Parts: sequence; C-alpha cells; structure tokens
Amino acid sequence: MEALATLIRSMAWTMPVGLFFAGVALLLLVMTGLQFAYPTIERKGFLPMTTTRGDRVFIGLLGAAWIHLAWLALVASPLWWASILAVLWFALVLRFG
Amino acid sequence: MDKIENNKAWFLVLPVFVIVAISAIIPLMTVVNYAFQDIFSPQDRYWVGTEWFESVLADDDLHGALIRQFVFSFVILLVEIPLGIALALAMPARGWRASLALVLMALPLLIPWNVVGTIWQVFARADIGLGGWLVNALGIPYNYTNDPVAAWLTIVVMDVWHWTPLVVLLCYAGLRAIPDAYYQAAAIDGASAWKVFRYIELPKMRGVLLIAVLLRFMDSFMIYTEPFVVTGGGPGNATTFLSIHLTKIAIGQMDLGPAAAISIIYFLIILTLSFVFYNVMTRMGTGERA
Repeated sequence: MEALATLIRSMAWTMPVGLFFAGVALLLLVMTGLQFAYPTIERKGFLPMTTTRGDRVFIGLLGAAWIHLAWLALVASPLWWASILAVLWFALVLRFG
Repeated sequence: MDKIENNKAWFLVLPVFVIVAISAIIPLMTVVNYAFQDIFSPQDRYWVGTEWFESVLADDDLHGALIRQFVFSFVILLVEIPLGIALALAMPARGWRASLALVLMALPLLIPWNVVGTIWQVFARADIGLGGWLVNALGIPYNYTNDPVAAWLTIVVMDVWHWTPLVVLLCYAGLRAIPDAYYQAAAIDGASAWKVFRYIELPKMRGVLLIAVLLRFMDSFMIYTEPFVVTGGGPGNATTFLSIHLTKIAIGQMDLGPAAAISIIYFLIILTLSFVFYNVMTRMGTGERA
C-alpha cells in the first residue's frame, strides 16, 4: 500500500488533469457499452477512408489535441475558443466523418 | 448472426493490461500532470496552466530539433526500405547459403544500441578509426566531430547498418510465404522479373512492409542512444534530434515541466503519423482510397 501511495504521490495529480483522464475513461466505458448494445458498422463520410465509431472518436480526440496546440502556437486569444472549436470538430467527425 | 462469445477470455488479457498500465499509461498520465505544473518535487509544485506549452512551441531549438528529426526519419525510410527489399530479394531462398545470410543479417540486430554507437564512434574517427582514415586516404575530407554533413552521414550510415537487417528479415519472411504456384503461373504467362516483383512479390509483402515502415519510422523518430554516443548532438546542434533535445531539457536542465510538454507534443506526432501510415498502407491496393 505504501508503494502505491508513493506512486500516486509521484504522479503529481491535479484536479483538471484528473478530470480529463476520468473523462477519457468514461468515454471508453461508454464506447464499450455502445459496442455491445449497437455494434459499429464501417461507413464512409467526409474523412478519406471508411471508419468505425471508435476510429471517429480517436480522430476526433487527436484533432482536438492538435487544435489546442495550434491555437497555443499561432493565436494569442484565450484557449476557450480553441476548446469550442475542438468540440465542434469532435461533433463534426462523430456525425459526418 | 451466430457468434459464440466467451468473456472469460478477457481474464487472459489481464496480465498484458497490467503490464501496459504500469509501463505506459501511468508514465503518460504522470507526464500530462507534469506538463501543467512547475515541479520541484512531488510535494513542492505549482499549477502553471498552458505556460510550458506556449514557451516550448515558440522555442527555436525545439523547431530545429523537430525539423532535423523529420529529415532524419524521412532519409532513413527512403534508404532502408528499398535497400531492405533489394537485399531480401537477393538472398538465397534455401540451403546453407540462406542460413548463413540470415545469421549475417541478424548480427547487427543483436548488438546493444550503446555498443553500436561506440563501435561507430571509434570506426568513423578521422585519426584512429579505420573507416574515417580510409575516407580521408581517398582524398575526401571527413571529420564528423567538426563537420555537420559528415556527422549526419555517419549517423545515417550507422543506422542503415544497424537496422536495415530488420527490414531484410521481415521482407525475407514475406517473400518465403508466397506459394510457388504464383511464380509458376507468372512463368507460364512469360512475366518479366520486374512484373513478378510488381504484381506478385510487392503486394504479398504489403503486410510485412507495413510493419517494417511503422517500426522503422517510430524507432528512427525516437533515436537517442546512437547519435548521443557518436556525436553528443553536435557539432553545434547539427545532430540534436528531438529525444536528445528532450533529454537536455529534462535531465540536463531539470526543467521537468517544459520537458513534459515537449514529450506530449512528441507523443502526439508519433501517434498521428503512425495512424496515417497504418491507414494508408492497410488500404493501399485494396481498392479503397486512403
């Protein structure tokens, strides 16, 4: 137990990062549940390849990370705008990707 | 759909999950935590938001290391993949010569990375190294310690020597898995050697080539030990690749926050490019546009 406590301390947890990873874990659980309830079917949207639901979530998350990084590198405005853009991108990929 | 599922099989995956969690997920989560804090110790730390990302994204040293890293990986793929295919095609198919060729090909892969670096550091030296001395004796001025072009050439040749055998072995395995019937049909049709390669061997090697490209890209993109031992990132910053730059920040300067931010950017680049490579190569030749 002591070793586990040391490990968790060394990870230097903060609330925002904890919430982020909890969100990712929740997303994975929801995706697993959806896969059992409604198995995914590959489809072709605006992305240049056929994708499953999991592919679209992955591409959406990856794109969201790049949007935030590009915003930090190129734009001086507050990061909330990048977050709004990332959510829009994520929704677009999930629905039409 | 009559599909039999046995969920007990998930328990068999559990040990792998635990190992991956300890070796990959926990360090990744730690790095994400560090990237948003100024860390002096696990107890002595301050939340800084996206400050480290803003500073490293504007850092010219990181831009330089990133460009060098992309150029290096591109050159490595450009040389090692065609060379590996050519060597695999030239290797004997059976008999003692095939065994000998396989052993010779496997030898560089058995040598630890730091030993490879040490071998090439000595071998390529202009004063005492056989390779460096020979090149100079041919009238070509060569000294990797003060010439950036020579340093680059040394590291590229070293990597080609070390890792092309991996591509060769993968391609060789792919070639040996092609049934003789394909070659017999091609002979009956009077197909040339080029057409046999283009329409039989290359498509049949797609799977192993995918693995070879992914492994070589990821490995070359993460290269650290060999250039660190041979050139230490020099002369100047000429061979300071991303991992060497990252180590300088993390271990040399103990700037854990900026190092964590660079690590996340590094991870995202590898993740994105591997995803793109994987999708392009798995769809290539299947009729689906990639």
